[in-house]
Amino acid sequence: MKKFLSDKIQTIKPSGIRKFFDIVSEMKDAISLGVGEPDFETPWHIRDEGIYALEKGRTFYTSNAGLKDLRAEIGNYLSRTQGINYDPQSEILVTVGGSEAIDIGLRAIINAGDEVIIPQPSYVSYEPCAVLAGATPVIINLKAENEFRLTAEELEEAITHKTKILILPYPNNPTGAIMGREDLEKIAKVVIEKDILVMSDEIYSALTYKGEHVSIAGIEGMKERTILINGFSKAYAMTGWRLGYACGPKEIIKQMTKIHQFAIMCAPTVSQYAAVEALKHGDEDVKKMRQAYNQRRRFLMNAFREMGLKCFEPYGAFYVFPCIKEFGMTSEEFATRFLEEEHVAAVPGTAFGESGEGFLRISYAYSLPTLKTAMERLNHFVNRLRGA
Amino acid sequence: MREELLGIIEKNSRIDIKELAVLLGREEIEVANELAKLENEGIICGYHTLIDWEKTSIEKVTALIEVKVTPQRGQGFDHIAERIYNYPEVKAVYLISGGYDLLVTLEEKTLREISNFVSDKLSTLDSVLSTATHFILKKYKDHGTILDKKPEDGREVVTP
Repeated sequence: MKKFLSDKIQTIKPSGIRKFFDIVSEMKDAISLGVGEPDFETPWHIRDEGIYALEKGRTFYTSNAGLKDLRAEIGNYLSRTQGINYDPQSEILVTVGGSEAIDIGLRAIINAGDEVIIPQPSYVSYEPCAVLAGATPVIINLKAENEFRLTAEELEEAITHKTKILILPYPNNPTGAIMGREDLEKIAKVVIEKDILVMSDEIYSALTYKGEHVSIAGIEGMKERTILINGFSKAYAMTGWRLGYACGPKEIIKQMTKIHQFAIMCAPTVSQYAAVEALKHGDEDVKKMRQAYNQRRRFLMNAFREMGLKCFEPYGAFYVFPCIKEFGMTSEEFATRFLEEEHVAAVPGTAFGESGEGFLRISYAYSLPTLKTAMERLNHFVNRLRGA
Repeated sequence: MREELLGIIEKNSRIDIKELAVLLGREEIEVANELAKLENEGIICGYHTLIDWEKTSIEKVTALIEVKVTPQRGQGFDHIAERIYNYPEVKAVYLISGGYDLLVTLEEKTLREISNFVSDKLSTLDSVLSTATHFILKKYKDHGTILDKKPEDGREVVTP
Protein backbone atom coordinates (compact mmCIF):
# COMPACT_ATOMS: atom_id res chain seq x y z
CA MET A 1 0.00 0.00 0.00
CA LYS A 2 2.84 2.31 0.90
CA LYS A 3 3.82 2.79 -2.74
CA PHE A 4 0.54 4.58 -3.31
CA LEU A 5 1.13 7.18 -0.62
CA SER A 6 2.46 10.66 -1.13
CA ASP A 7 6.15 10.94 -0.28
CA LYS A 8 5.61 14.37 1.15
CA ILE A 9 2.92 13.40 3.61
CA GLN A 10 5.00 10.47 4.80
CA THR A 11 7.79 12.79 5.88
CA ILE A 12 5.40 14.48 8.31
CA LYS A 13 5.29 13.06 11.83
CA PRO A 14 1.96 12.74 13.61
CA SER A 15 1.45 15.04 16.59
CA GLY A 16 3.42 13.96 19.67
CA ILE A 17 0.56 14.36 22.10
CA ARG A 18 -1.37 11.28 21.06
CA LYS A 19 0.45 9.14 23.61
CA PHE A 20 -0.66 11.35 26.50
CA PHE A 21 -4.15 11.38 25.15
CA ASP A 22 -4.28 7.58 25.27
CA ILE A 23 -2.95 7.33 28.82
CA VAL A 24 -5.24 10.06 30.20
CA SER A 25 -8.29 8.55 28.56
CA GLU A 26 -7.74 5.34 30.52
CA MET A 27 -6.95 6.92 33.88
CA LYS A 28 -9.95 7.45 36.13
CA ASP A 29 -8.81 10.26 38.42
CA ALA A 30 -6.54 11.93 35.91
CA ILE A 31 -6.57 15.69 35.63
CA SER A 32 -5.69 17.01 32.23
CA LEU A 33 -4.03 20.39 31.85
CA GLY A 34 -3.38 19.53 28.26
CA VAL A 35 -6.30 21.09 26.46
CA GLY A 36 -5.81 23.88 23.95
CA GLU A 37 -9.35 25.18 23.94
CA PRO A 38 -11.50 27.25 26.32
CA ASP A 39 -13.36 25.46 29.10
CA PHE A 40 -16.26 27.90 28.72
CA GLU A 41 -19.22 26.97 26.60
CA THR A 42 -20.09 29.36 23.79
CA PRO A 43 -22.10 32.22 25.35
CA TRP A 44 -25.80 31.43 25.12
CA HIS A 45 -26.88 34.37 22.96
CA ILE A 46 -24.39 33.23 20.32
CA ARG A 47 -25.61 29.64 20.45
CA ASP A 48 -29.17 30.92 20.32
CA GLU A 49 -28.38 32.77 17.11
CA GLY A 50 -27.04 29.52 15.66
CA ILE A 51 -30.23 27.72 16.64
CA TYR A 52 -32.29 30.54 15.14
CA ALA A 53 -30.32 30.27 11.90
CA LEU A 54 -31.23 26.58 11.73
CA GLU A 55 -34.88 27.31 12.48
CA LYS A 56 -34.95 29.89 9.73
CA GLY A 57 -33.59 27.30 7.33
CA ARG A 58 -30.19 28.89 6.83
CA THR A 59 -28.87 25.59 5.66
CA PHE A 60 -27.38 26.56 2.31
CA TYR A 61 -23.89 27.50 1.15
CA THR A 62 -22.92 31.10 1.65
CA SER A 63 -20.79 32.96 -0.86
CA ASN A 64 -17.26 31.53 -0.99
CA ALA A 65 -15.70 34.39 0.92
CA GLY A 66 -18.37 34.24 3.62
CA LEU A 67 -21.55 36.11 4.54
CA LYS A 68 -21.41 39.76 3.61
CA ASP A 69 -22.65 40.77 7.06
CA LEU A 70 -19.98 38.71 8.73
CA ARG A 71 -17.19 40.15 6.63
CA ALA A 72 -18.50 43.63 7.38
CA GLU A 73 -18.52 42.86 11.13
CA ILE A 74 -14.98 41.46 10.95
CA GLY A 75 -13.96 44.68 9.22
CA ASN A 76 -15.62 46.73 11.97
CA TYR A 77 -13.97 44.65 14.66
CA LEU A 78 -10.46 45.11 13.28
CA SER A 79 -11.11 48.76 12.73
CA ARG A 80 -12.31 49.39 16.28
CA THR A 81 -9.75 47.16 18.05
CA GLN A 82 -6.68 47.65 15.86
CA GLY A 83 -7.42 50.72 13.80
CA ILE A 84 -6.80 48.70 10.63
CA ASN A 85 -9.29 49.11 7.81
CA TYR A 86 -9.90 46.14 5.55
CA ASP A 87 -12.29 46.17 2.63
CA PRO A 88 -14.87 43.44 3.40
CA GLN A 89 -15.37 42.90 -0.33
CA SER A 90 -11.82 42.10 -1.31
CA GLU A 91 -9.57 41.87 1.73
CA ILE A 92 -11.43 39.52 4.10
CA LEU A 93 -12.02 35.79 3.73
CA VAL A 94 -14.01 33.66 6.17
CA THR A 95 -12.39 30.26 6.70
CA VAL A 96 -12.93 26.98 8.51
CA GLY A 97 -11.05 28.00 11.64
CA GLY A 98 -7.75 29.81 11.71
CA SER A 99 -6.18 26.49 10.70
CA GLU A 100 -7.60 26.59 7.20
CA ALA A 101 -6.38 30.15 6.81
CA ILE A 102 -2.85 29.06 7.70
CA ASP A 103 -2.97 26.25 5.15
CA ILE A 104 -4.43 28.15 2.22
CA GLY A 105 -2.49 31.31 3.03
CA LEU A 106 0.74 29.39 2.56
CA ARG A 107 -0.51 27.54 -0.49
CA ALA A 108 -1.50 30.83 -2.12
CA ILE A 109 2.02 32.22 -2.02
CA ILE A 110 4.53 29.36 -1.95
CA ASN A 111 6.58 28.22 -4.93
CA ALA A 112 8.68 25.09 -4.61
CA GLY A 113 11.78 25.79 -2.54
CA ASP A 114 10.56 29.03 -0.96
CA GLU A 115 11.52 29.32 2.65
CA VAL A 116 9.00 29.88 5.42
CA ILE A 117 10.40 31.15 8.70
CA ILE A 118 8.73 29.56 11.71
CA PRO A 119 9.63 30.65 15.22
CA GLN A 120 9.26 27.80 17.71
CA PRO A 121 7.95 26.76 20.19
CA SER A 122 4.69 27.40 18.38
CA TYR A 123 1.48 25.80 17.24
CA VAL A 124 1.95 22.41 15.63
CA SER A 125 0.48 23.03 12.21
CA TYR A 126 2.75 25.69 10.69
CA GLU A 127 5.56 23.35 9.77
CA PRO A 128 3.41 20.59 8.19
CA CYS A 129 1.37 23.18 6.28
CA ALA A 130 4.55 24.79 4.96
CA VAL A 131 5.93 21.41 3.89
CA LEU A 132 2.68 20.42 2.19
CA ALA A 133 2.66 23.73 0.35
CA GLY A 134 6.08 22.83 -1.04
CA ALA A 135 8.11 25.20 1.10
CA THR A 136 11.23 24.61 3.13
CA PRO A 137 10.57 25.45 6.76
CA VAL A 138 13.31 27.44 8.48
CA ILE A 139 12.99 27.20 12.23
CA ILE A 140 13.99 29.93 14.65
CA ASN A 141 14.49 28.53 18.14
CA LEU A 142 13.08 31.19 20.44
CA LYS A 143 14.87 31.76 23.71
CA ALA A 144 13.55 31.70 27.24
CA GLU A 145 15.75 34.69 28.14
CA ASN A 146 13.82 36.75 25.59
CA GLU A 147 10.59 35.48 27.12
CA PHE A 148 10.07 33.61 23.85
CA ARG A 149 9.65 36.79 21.83
CA LEU A 150 11.13 36.95 18.37
CA THR A 151 13.98 39.43 18.06
CA ALA A 152 14.98 41.37 14.95
CA GLU A 153 18.47 39.81 15.13
CA GLU A 154 17.11 36.28 15.14
CA LEU A 155 14.89 37.11 12.21
CA GLU A 156 17.64 38.74 10.21
CA GLU A 157 19.88 35.76 10.72
CA ALA A 158 17.23 33.38 9.40
CA ILE A 159 16.41 35.34 6.25
CA THR A 160 17.95 34.21 2.96
CA HIS A 161 17.22 35.21 -0.63
CA LYS A 162 14.71 32.33 -0.67
CA THR A 163 12.67 33.59 2.27
CA LYS A 164 9.06 34.25 1.31
CA ILE A 165 7.23 34.70 4.56
CA LEU A 166 7.61 34.88 8.32
CA ILE A 167 5.00 33.24 10.51
CA LEU A 168 4.40 35.37 13.58
CA PRO A 169 2.44 33.44 16.22
CA TYR A 170 1.57 35.90 19.00
CA PRO A 171 -0.03 35.72 21.56
CA ASN A 172 1.73 32.40 21.54
CA ASN A 173 0.62 28.85 22.03
CA PRO A 174 2.38 27.17 23.94
CA THR A 175 4.46 29.80 25.73
CA GLY A 176 1.86 32.49 26.43
CA ALA A 177 4.33 35.10 25.17
CA ILE A 178 3.11 38.33 23.59
CA MET A 179 4.87 40.93 21.43
CA GLY A 180 4.37 44.59 22.24
CA ARG A 181 4.32 47.45 19.75
CA GLU A 182 8.03 48.15 20.14
CA ASP A 183 8.95 44.50 19.61
CA LEU A 184 6.79 44.42 16.48
CA GLU A 185 8.19 47.65 15.09
CA LYS A 186 11.67 46.14 15.11
CA ILE A 187 10.41 43.03 13.33
CA ALA A 188 8.49 45.15 10.82
CA LYS A 189 11.61 47.11 9.98
CA VAL A 190 13.49 43.93 9.02
CA VAL A 191 10.50 42.52 7.14
CA ILE A 192 10.15 45.65 5.03
CA GLU A 193 13.88 45.98 4.46
CA LYS A 194 14.20 42.38 3.33
CA ASP A 195 10.94 42.57 1.37
CA ILE A 196 9.21 39.49 2.76
CA LEU A 197 5.67 38.76 3.91
CA VAL A 198 4.26 38.06 7.37
CA MET A 199 1.55 35.61 8.36
CA SER A 200 0.39 36.89 11.72
CA ASP A 201 -1.60 34.26 13.60
CA GLU A 202 -3.54 36.29 16.14
CA ILE A 203 -6.10 33.69 17.20
CA TYR A 204 -5.45 34.53 20.88
CA SER A 205 -5.55 38.31 20.36
CA ALA A 206 -8.55 38.79 22.66
CA LEU A 207 -6.71 37.07 25.49
CA THR A 208 -3.92 39.37 26.62
CA TYR A 209 -3.42 40.48 30.19
CA LYS A 210 -1.08 43.44 29.93
CA GLY A 211 -2.39 46.18 27.71
CA GLU A 212 -4.28 45.51 24.50
CA HIS A 213 -3.07 43.23 21.75
CA VAL A 214 -1.19 44.95 18.94
CA SER A 215 -1.29 43.54 15.42
CA ILE A 216 1.76 43.87 13.22
CA ALA A 217 -0.60 44.65 10.35
CA GLY A 218 -1.33 47.97 12.04
CA ILE A 219 2.28 49.08 11.88
CA GLU A 220 3.11 51.44 9.03
CA GLY A 221 3.98 49.70 5.81
CA MET A 222 2.87 46.29 7.10
CA LYS A 223 -0.77 46.00 6.07
CA GLU A 224 0.24 45.43 2.46
CA ARG A 225 2.59 42.59 3.39
CA THR A 226 0.67 40.84 6.17
CA ILE A 227 -1.80 38.00 6.12
CA LEU A 228 -3.64 38.50 9.38
CA ILE A 229 -5.28 35.38 10.74
CA ASN A 230 -7.83 35.32 13.51
CA GLY A 231 -11.01 33.51 14.43
CA PHE A 232 -13.77 32.88 16.89
CA SER A 233 -12.50 29.76 18.68
CA LYS A 234 -10.53 31.27 21.53
CA ALA A 235 -12.12 34.69 22.02
CA TYR A 236 -15.73 33.50 22.05
CA ALA A 237 -15.16 29.89 23.11
CA MET A 238 -16.36 28.65 19.72
CA THR A 239 -13.80 25.98 18.84
CA GLY A 240 -16.34 23.44 17.60
CA TRP A 241 -18.00 25.92 15.27
CA ARG A 242 -14.86 25.91 13.11
CA LEU A 243 -14.74 29.51 12.09
CA GLY A 244 -11.84 31.82 11.40
CA TYR A 245 -10.78 34.45 8.91
CA ALA A 246 -7.89 35.85 6.98
CA CYS A 247 -7.34 39.48 6.05
CA GLY A 248 -4.68 40.75 3.74
CA PRO A 249 -3.75 42.33 0.42
CA LYS A 250 -6.52 41.70 -2.09
CA GLU A 251 -4.20 39.91 -4.52
CA ILE A 252 -3.38 37.29 -1.88
CA ILE A 253 -6.95 37.03 -0.56
CA LYS A 254 -8.10 36.51 -4.14
CA GLN A 255 -5.83 33.48 -4.56
CA MET A 256 -6.71 32.14 -1.13
CA THR A 257 -10.39 32.46 -2.00
CA LYS A 258 -9.76 30.32 -5.08
CA ILE A 259 -8.25 27.49 -3.03
CA HIS A 260 -11.00 27.88 -0.44
CA GLN A 261 -13.62 27.82 -3.19
CA PHE A 262 -12.37 24.57 -4.68
CA ALA A 263 -11.34 22.76 -1.51
CA ILE A 264 -13.95 23.90 1.00
CA MET A 265 -16.66 25.87 -0.83
CA CYS A 266 -17.55 27.98 2.21
CA ALA A 267 -17.29 28.01 5.99
CA PRO A 268 -20.24 26.47 7.88
CA THR A 269 -23.29 28.66 7.36
CA VAL A 270 -24.82 28.31 10.82
CA SER A 271 -21.47 29.18 12.40
CA GLN A 272 -21.26 32.30 10.28
CA TYR A 273 -24.63 33.55 11.50
CA ALA A 274 -23.63 32.85 15.09
CA ALA A 275 -20.34 34.68 14.53
CA VAL A 276 -22.14 37.84 13.41
CA GLU A 277 -23.89 37.83 16.78
CA ALA A 278 -20.57 37.22 18.56
CA LEU A 279 -18.95 40.25 16.94
CA LYS A 280 -21.99 42.47 17.47
CA HIS A 281 -22.78 41.62 21.08
CA GLY A 282 -19.98 39.48 22.46
CA ASP A 283 -17.57 42.05 23.94
CA GLU A 284 -18.91 41.65 27.47
CA ASP A 285 -18.55 37.85 27.31
CA VAL A 286 -14.98 38.16 26.14
CA LYS A 287 -14.24 40.55 28.97
CA LYS A 288 -15.64 38.15 31.55
CA MET A 289 -13.73 35.16 30.22
CA ARG A 290 -10.54 37.17 30.00
CA GLN A 291 -10.95 38.18 33.61
CA ALA A 292 -11.41 34.55 34.68
CA TYR A 293 -8.36 33.43 32.68
CA ASN A 294 -6.30 36.22 34.19
CA GLN A 295 -7.23 35.15 37.73
CA ARG A 296 -6.20 31.60 36.96
CA ARG A 297 -2.97 32.81 35.36
CA ARG A 298 -2.10 34.73 38.51
CA PHE A 299 -2.99 31.71 40.60
CA LEU A 300 -0.62 29.47 38.63
CA MET A 301 2.22 31.97 38.64
CA ASN A 302 1.88 32.25 42.40
CA ALA A 303 1.81 28.46 42.78
CA PHE A 304 5.04 28.19 40.74
CA ARG A 305 6.67 30.90 42.84
CA GLU A 306 5.75 29.03 46.01
CA MET A 307 7.19 25.79 44.61
CA GLY A 308 10.28 27.58 43.38
CA LEU A 309 9.56 26.52 39.83
CA LYS A 310 11.06 28.86 37.25
CA CYS A 311 8.58 30.42 34.86
CA PHE A 312 8.62 33.72 33.00
CA GLU A 313 5.38 35.62 33.37
CA PRO A 314 3.31 35.10 30.22
CA TYR A 315 0.72 37.72 29.33
CA GLY A 316 -1.21 36.03 26.57
CA ALA A 317 -3.38 33.07 25.52
CA PHE A 318 -4.20 30.59 28.31
CA TYR A 319 -0.89 28.81 28.79
CA VAL A 320 2.01 29.00 31.16
CA PHE A 321 5.32 27.47 30.20
CA PRO A 322 7.34 26.59 33.31
CA CYS A 323 10.97 25.48 33.04
CA ILE A 324 11.72 21.98 34.34
CA LYS A 325 15.42 21.86 33.45
CA GLU A 326 16.48 21.65 37.11
CA PHE A 327 15.20 18.06 37.26
CA GLY A 328 17.60 16.77 34.63
CA MET A 329 14.88 15.10 32.61
CA THR A 330 13.60 15.70 29.12
CA SER A 331 10.19 17.35 28.86
CA GLU A 332 8.77 14.11 27.60
CA GLU A 333 10.16 12.13 30.56
CA PHE A 334 8.92 14.72 33.00
CA ALA A 335 5.45 14.84 31.48
CA THR A 336 5.21 11.06 31.31
CA ARG A 337 6.28 10.57 34.92
CA PHE A 338 4.05 13.41 36.11
CA LEU A 339 1.14 11.72 34.44
CA GLU A 340 1.97 8.22 35.64
CA GLU A 341 2.88 9.16 39.20
CA GLU A 342 0.55 12.08 39.91
CA HIS A 343 -2.14 11.56 37.28
CA VAL A 344 -1.85 15.03 35.81
CA ALA A 345 -1.40 15.51 32.09
CA ALA A 346 0.54 18.46 30.71
CA VAL A 347 2.06 18.69 27.26
CA PRO A 348 5.86 18.49 26.92
CA GLY A 349 7.31 21.64 25.38
CA THR A 350 8.91 19.56 22.65
CA ALA A 351 5.50 18.89 21.11
CA PHE A 352 5.82 22.47 19.83
CA GLY A 353 9.37 22.29 18.53
CA GLU A 354 12.82 21.30 19.76
CA SER A 355 13.30 24.59 21.54
CA GLY A 356 10.48 23.59 23.85
CA GLU A 357 12.87 21.12 25.46
CA GLY A 358 13.07 21.71 29.19
CA PHE A 359 9.59 23.23 29.37
CA LEU A 360 6.06 22.11 29.99
CA ARG A 361 2.87 23.59 28.58
CA ILE A 362 0.23 23.96 31.24
CA SER A 363 -3.15 25.17 30.07
CA TYR A 364 -5.32 27.22 32.38
CA ALA A 365 -8.51 26.65 30.47
CA TYR A 366 -9.70 24.88 33.61
CA SER A 367 -11.68 25.84 36.70
CA LEU A 368 -9.79 27.11 39.73
CA PRO A 369 -10.62 24.05 41.85
CA THR A 370 -9.16 21.81 39.13
CA LEU A 371 -6.05 23.95 38.89
CA LYS A 372 -5.70 23.87 42.67
CA THR A 373 -5.73 20.09 42.83
CA ALA A 374 -3.30 19.92 39.91
CA MET A 375 -0.89 22.34 41.59
CA GLU A 376 -1.01 20.34 44.82
CA ARG A 377 -0.01 17.30 42.82
CA LEU A 378 2.71 19.20 40.97
CA ASN A 379 4.07 20.48 44.25
CA HIS A 380 4.13 16.94 45.58
CA PHE A 381 5.89 15.68 42.46
CA VAL A 382 8.46 18.46 42.40
CA ASN A 383 9.29 17.96 46.08
CA ARG A 384 9.74 14.25 45.58
CA LEU A 385 12.08 14.82 42.64
CA ARG A 386 14.10 17.35 44.58
CA GLY A 387 14.30 15.06 47.61
CA ALA A 388 15.57 12.15 45.56
CA MET B 1 -10.30 46.08 41.62
CA ARG B 2 -13.72 46.61 43.20
CA GLU B 3 -15.85 45.11 40.44
CA GLU B 4 -13.56 42.12 39.95
CA LEU B 5 -13.37 41.48 43.70
CA LEU B 6 -17.16 41.61 44.04
CA GLY B 7 -17.44 39.29 41.05
CA ILE B 8 -15.27 36.69 42.76
CA ILE B 9 -16.83 36.79 46.21
CA GLU B 10 -20.34 36.86 44.83
CA LYS B 11 -19.61 33.36 43.53
CA ASN B 12 -17.41 32.19 46.39
CA SER B 13 -17.71 34.01 49.70
CA ARG B 14 -15.52 31.45 51.46
CA ILE B 15 -12.38 32.40 49.58
CA ASP B 16 -9.68 33.68 51.94
CA ILE B 17 -7.90 37.00 51.64
CA LYS B 18 -4.59 35.42 50.66
CA GLU B 19 -6.12 33.69 47.67
CA LEU B 20 -8.16 36.75 46.72
CA ALA B 21 -4.94 38.76 46.68
CA VAL B 22 -3.33 36.22 44.33
CA LEU B 23 -6.29 36.15 41.94
CA LEU B 24 -6.49 39.93 41.82
CA GLY B 25 -2.75 40.47 41.61
CA ARG B 26 -2.85 42.73 44.69
CA GLU B 27 -1.35 42.83 48.17
CA GLU B 28 -3.34 41.13 50.93
CA ILE B 29 -3.57 44.36 52.90
CA GLU B 30 -5.11 46.18 49.93
CA VAL B 31 -7.70 43.47 49.53
CA ALA B 32 -8.50 43.40 53.24
CA ASN B 33 -8.96 47.18 53.26
CA GLU B 34 -11.19 47.11 50.21
CA LEU B 35 -13.35 44.37 51.76
CA ALA B 36 -13.68 46.36 54.97
CA LYS B 37 -14.70 49.42 52.96
CA LEU B 38 -17.27 47.45 50.98
CA GLU B 39 -18.75 46.12 54.20
CA ASN B 40 -18.82 49.56 55.83
CA GLU B 41 -20.46 51.12 52.83
CA GLY B 42 -23.12 48.45 52.98
CA ILE B 43 -22.20 47.18 49.51
CA ILE B 44 -21.36 43.76 50.87
CA CYS B 45 -24.45 43.01 52.93
CA GLY B 46 -23.69 39.46 54.03
CA TYR B 47 -21.97 36.22 53.15
CA HIS B 48 -24.55 33.60 52.30
CA THR B 49 -24.57 29.99 51.27
CA LEU B 50 -26.65 28.75 48.37
CA ILE B 51 -28.48 25.64 49.55
CA ASP B 52 -30.66 23.37 47.49
CA TRP B 53 -33.07 22.47 50.26
CA GLU B 54 -34.93 20.06 48.02
CA LYS B 55 -32.04 17.64 48.34
CA THR B 56 -32.30 17.60 52.15
CA SER B 57 -35.01 15.91 54.20
CA ILE B 58 -35.93 19.29 55.61
CA GLU B 59 -39.27 20.55 54.38
CA LYS B 60 -39.38 24.05 52.95
CA VAL B 61 -42.02 25.78 50.92
CA THR B 62 -41.28 28.98 49.07
CA ALA B 63 -43.95 31.33 47.80
CA LEU B 64 -43.83 34.45 45.70
CA ILE B 65 -46.61 36.81 46.68
CA GLU B 66 -47.73 39.70 44.53
CA VAL B 67 -49.09 42.47 46.72
CA LYS B 68 -51.12 45.49 45.64
CA VAL B 69 -51.07 48.31 48.15
CA THR B 70 -52.15 51.91 48.60
CA PRO B 71 -49.07 54.06 48.97
CA GLN B 72 -49.21 56.35 51.95
CA ARG B 73 -48.90 60.11 51.88
CA GLY B 74 -45.38 61.26 52.61
CA GLN B 75 -43.99 57.73 52.82
CA GLY B 76 -44.76 56.15 49.46
CA PHE B 77 -44.27 52.41 49.59
CA ASP B 78 -41.46 52.42 52.13
CA HIS B 79 -43.61 52.24 55.23
CA ILE B 80 -45.73 49.32 54.10
CA ALA B 81 -42.62 47.54 52.78
CA GLU B 82 -41.08 47.86 56.22
CA ARG B 83 -44.19 46.46 57.88
CA ILE B 84 -43.82 43.43 55.67
CA TYR B 85 -40.07 42.87 55.69
CA ASN B 86 -39.88 42.95 59.46
CA TYR B 87 -41.42 39.48 59.58
CA PRO B 88 -38.46 37.06 59.77
CA GLU B 89 -40.19 34.49 57.54
CA VAL B 90 -40.17 37.06 54.74
CA LYS B 91 -36.99 36.43 52.70
CA ALA B 92 -37.22 39.27 50.23
CA VAL B 93 -39.37 42.28 49.42
CA TYR B 94 -39.06 44.14 46.11
CA LEU B 95 -40.92 47.16 44.80
CA ILE B 96 -42.04 46.23 41.31
CA SER B 97 -43.16 48.21 38.30
CA GLY B 98 -46.19 47.00 36.41
CA GLY B 99 -49.32 45.13 37.46
CA TYR B 100 -48.69 45.06 41.19
CA ASP B 101 -46.54 46.88 43.71
CA LEU B 102 -44.58 44.59 45.99
CA LEU B 103 -43.15 41.16 45.40
CA VAL B 104 -42.69 39.24 48.63
CA THR B 105 -40.72 36.01 48.91
CA LEU B 106 -41.78 33.87 51.80
CA GLU B 107 -40.22 30.71 53.11
CA GLU B 108 -42.05 28.38 55.49
CA LYS B 109 -42.18 24.74 56.43
CA THR B 110 -45.68 24.04 55.12
CA LEU B 111 -48.30 25.38 52.75
CA ARG B 112 -50.58 25.98 55.72
CA GLU B 113 -48.07 28.27 57.36
CA ILE B 114 -47.80 30.29 54.21
CA SER B 115 -51.52 30.59 53.78
CA ASN B 116 -51.81 31.58 57.44
CA PHE B 117 -49.25 34.28 56.95
CA VAL B 118 -51.04 35.64 53.93
CA SER B 119 -54.52 35.58 55.41
CA ASP B 120 -53.69 36.59 58.97
CA LYS B 121 -50.82 38.98 58.63
CA LEU B 122 -50.33 40.25 55.11
CA SER B 123 -53.92 40.78 53.93
CA THR B 124 -54.96 42.39 57.15
CA LEU B 125 -52.48 45.21 56.86
CA ASP B 126 -54.35 48.46 56.29
CA SER B 127 -52.85 49.50 53.01
CA VAL B 128 -52.83 46.05 51.40
CA LEU B 129 -55.51 45.93 48.69
CA SER B 130 -54.99 42.41 47.38
CA THR B 131 -52.53 39.52 47.22
CA ALA B 132 -51.80 36.71 44.76
CA THR B 133 -49.71 33.80 46.04
CA HIS B 134 -47.56 31.61 43.77
CA PHE B 135 -45.86 28.52 45.14
CA ILE B 136 -42.50 27.49 43.77
CA LEU B 137 -42.62 23.90 42.56
CA LYS B 138 -39.00 23.49 41.51
CA LYS B 139 -35.92 25.64 41.45
CA TYR B 140 -33.89 25.20 38.30
CA LYS B 141 -31.49 28.07 38.75
CA ASP B 142 -30.91 30.30 41.73
CA HIS B 143 -28.44 33.15 42.23
CA GLY B 144 -26.91 32.44 38.83
CA THR B 145 -26.25 28.81 39.65
CA ILE B 146 -27.94 25.93 37.85
CA LEU B 147 -28.94 23.63 40.69
CA ASP B 148 -29.36 20.26 39.08
CA LYS B 149 -26.57 20.13 36.58
CA LYS B 150 -23.02 19.10 37.37
CA PRO B 151 -20.50 20.78 35.11
CA GLU B 152 -19.14 18.35 32.57
CA ASP B 153 -15.98 18.70 30.55
CA GLY B 154 -16.94 17.75 27.04
CA ARG B 155 -13.51 18.42 25.58
CA GLU B 156 -11.00 15.95 24.24
CA VAL B 157 -8.50 15.36 27.05
CA VAL B 158 -5.35 16.55 25.27
CA THR B 159 -5.33 18.87 22.25
CA PRO B 160 -2.64 21.08 20.74
